[in-house]
Amino acid sequence: MFTFALRRFLIAIPTLLIISLAIFLLLEAAPGDPLGDVPLTVPPDVKEKMRAALGLDSPWFVRYFLWLKQFFWVEPLNLVDYIFGTDYAQGMQRVISFQSRQPVMQIIAQRVPQTLTVVGMSYLIGVSIALPIGIYSAYRQYSWFDQIGTLVSMIGFSVPTFFSGVVLIIVFGVKLQWFPSIYDTMHQVTDWESFLKQVRQMAMPVMVLSLYNAAQISRFMRSSMLDNLNQDYVRTARAKGLTETVVLLVHVLRNSLIPVVTVIALGVPTIFGGAIITEQVFKVNGLGQQLITSIHSNDMPMVMTLTFIFAILIVTFNLIADLLYGILDPRIRYD
Amino acid sequence: MPDGANSVLYVEGLKTVFKVRGGEVHAVNSVSFDLKPGELLGVVGESGSGKSVTMMSLLGLLPSPPAEVREGRVIFDGRDLLQCSPAELRAVRGLGVGFIFQDPMTSLNPVFTVGFQIMEPLRRHLGMNKEAARKRAQELLELVNIPDAAQRLGDYPHQFSGGMRQRVMIAIALACDPKVLIADEPTTALDVTIQAQILELIRELRQKLGMAIVWITHDLGVIAGIADRVIVMYGGQIVEQAPVGELFARPRHPYTRALLQTVPSVLGERAPKLKVIEGQPPMLTATPTACPFRPRCAQAFDRCARENPARRAVGRGHDVACFWDFDSNGPVAAAESAANA
Repeated sequence: MFTFALRRFLIAIPTLLIISLAIFLLLEAAPGDPLGDVPLTVPPDVKEKMRAALGLDSPWFVRYFLWLKQFFWVEPLNLVDYIFGTDYAQGMQRVISFQSRQPVMQIIAQRVPQTLTVVGMSYLIGVSIALPIGIYSAYRQYSWFDQIGTLVSMIGFSVPTFFSGVVLIIVFGVKLQWFPSIYDTMHQVTDWESFLKQVRQMAMPVMVLSLYNAAQISRFMRSSMLDNLNQDYVRTARAKGLTETVVLLVHVLRNSLIPVVTVIALGVPTIFGGAIITEQVFKVNGLGQQLITSIHSNDMPMVMTLTFIFAILIVTFNLIADLLYGILDPRIRYD
Repeated sequence: MPDGANSVLYVEGLKTVFKVRGGEVHAVNSVSFDLKPGELLGVVGESGSGKSVTMMSLLGLLPSPPAEVREGRVIFDGRDLLQCSPAELRAVRGLGVGFIFQDPMTSLNPVFTVGFQIMEPLRRHLGMNKEAARKRAQELLELVNIPDAAQRLGDYPHQFSGGMRQRVMIAIALACDPKVLIADEPTTALDVTIQAQILELIRELRQKLGMAIVWITHDLGVIAGIADRVIVMYGGQIVEQAPVGELFARPRHPYTRALLQTVPSVLGERAPKLKVIEGQPPMLTATPTACPFRPRCAQAFDRCARENPARRAVGRGHDVACFWDFDSNGPVAAAESAANA
């Protein structure tokens, strides 16, 4: 297991390097100019200087390797400095956003909590309601519970979040006036009252996203349970005189969770990057929203860094899913 | 004919129906038999004859729906299992009646250790704590001749071979010292040498533990080697019942005779073609009103289409459900069979 993990980790390094190059070249090839918003009255030579100031005058491979150095060397050093109060970075050039001239990592650090509370919470809620629903739907296949579950998850899965989000805003925000339709990022939770306000403003985005997540995962859970419910070992467990609860929640569930856990683990990276649209709808200043604005303004370092962080998360959680598979299923041994 | 006295398991008029799209399948039709203490009862019949369904019906192991046990009595330990609540049935399963299934490759849960799976019924039925259960599990593995029992408790099913897994299944079935062991084609999925080993093990365990066994198979060779008494099933009914020697020496049902003829002889000239029973077993969509074997039977005559033959005694512990009498090679008198019905 350990050698497998190590091998996979080592393979991940060239994988990520290739991904970073691919992202960089794609951004490079994409049309658009970071200085496109500069007024036409600015003379060309000044514009040229501005371009040089952003580092855009050097060829792409120089800029690529500079980014690599900044991302893999300077930024970690800055993190160490930040945590331990040391000074290893010694003012080396960090990845700087074209748009705000602020280190990209600082902006990301500001935005992560928003994304994690809203999108992370909805993933957590989504998973924790999806699993019991999936289990019970499979156990009572074709019952009214299962039928309703199927209908709701079909709706949840096929209705895009920008639609369900707007519907929720109209119903709960405009008509009933229960929840605010705009998320206040600056809101601080200090007491019970402000906590309630936080819950209220999170309610709608969390509802939209949990419905979407739960729809997907409950279907996975259901079909995985159904696959296992007909297995011979279930009959053996019943023949031993075990109660239905034990048969279902020990014997069947343990087997059914293997593929579902993988799906759940692979879904975690989407917490960071996947809720772009929902964040837009509810004006949550999260990572997804940041990515969109950066793309609009051709903020290449920002887009590059964010996209690459998503890539790292995806590769990491792929690895975690594989390792979980090995832990959950004794038939799989990585050695 | 079964007699209720001093049998560990007594089944009377069992009827199981599967509800399927557009109708019903009558898988078990008025099956009656009994099982004496310490006896090994062989149940033979081709696929779909209702052997397994009968035994699964006894303890409510069939998924319901679609299965429904409609009529009958199953007397075990002085009570009717068909009247028991699900909780009472669970208390009988594994404790009073142990089960072994056909495919040892899939019958064990792949993600739990063998030790855990053996300990489960011990802890559930006998209330053992972990340590006592572990000790007993080890004894059980030794009982079924698995070497290094103590170490193997921590292994997973995939680390065992097919034969060893079936031994584990037997250990699970015998964990709580059941009075009755129901073995549903336990050697069908195993190759012949392993099959012989399992049969040997069962013989040995019978001597040691003295439980009664119901052995479901379609292998007449296995039956000849191990059973005391045999039930032949066809179309969800018992068509013949006899002590094992009697059945092989004097089969009285055309189906039994045909079955015995399908076994290729190892002596004498090699037959150019294997004998088969022509035709397909019936799918009964209603309670049979005629003999279900009639379309495939060489002896069939008009009465077979009019009524379903009841079982009539033809010898000591030997009965047959057929209107044909092979001793006189002619139909039995209508009165005689009616008197015996």
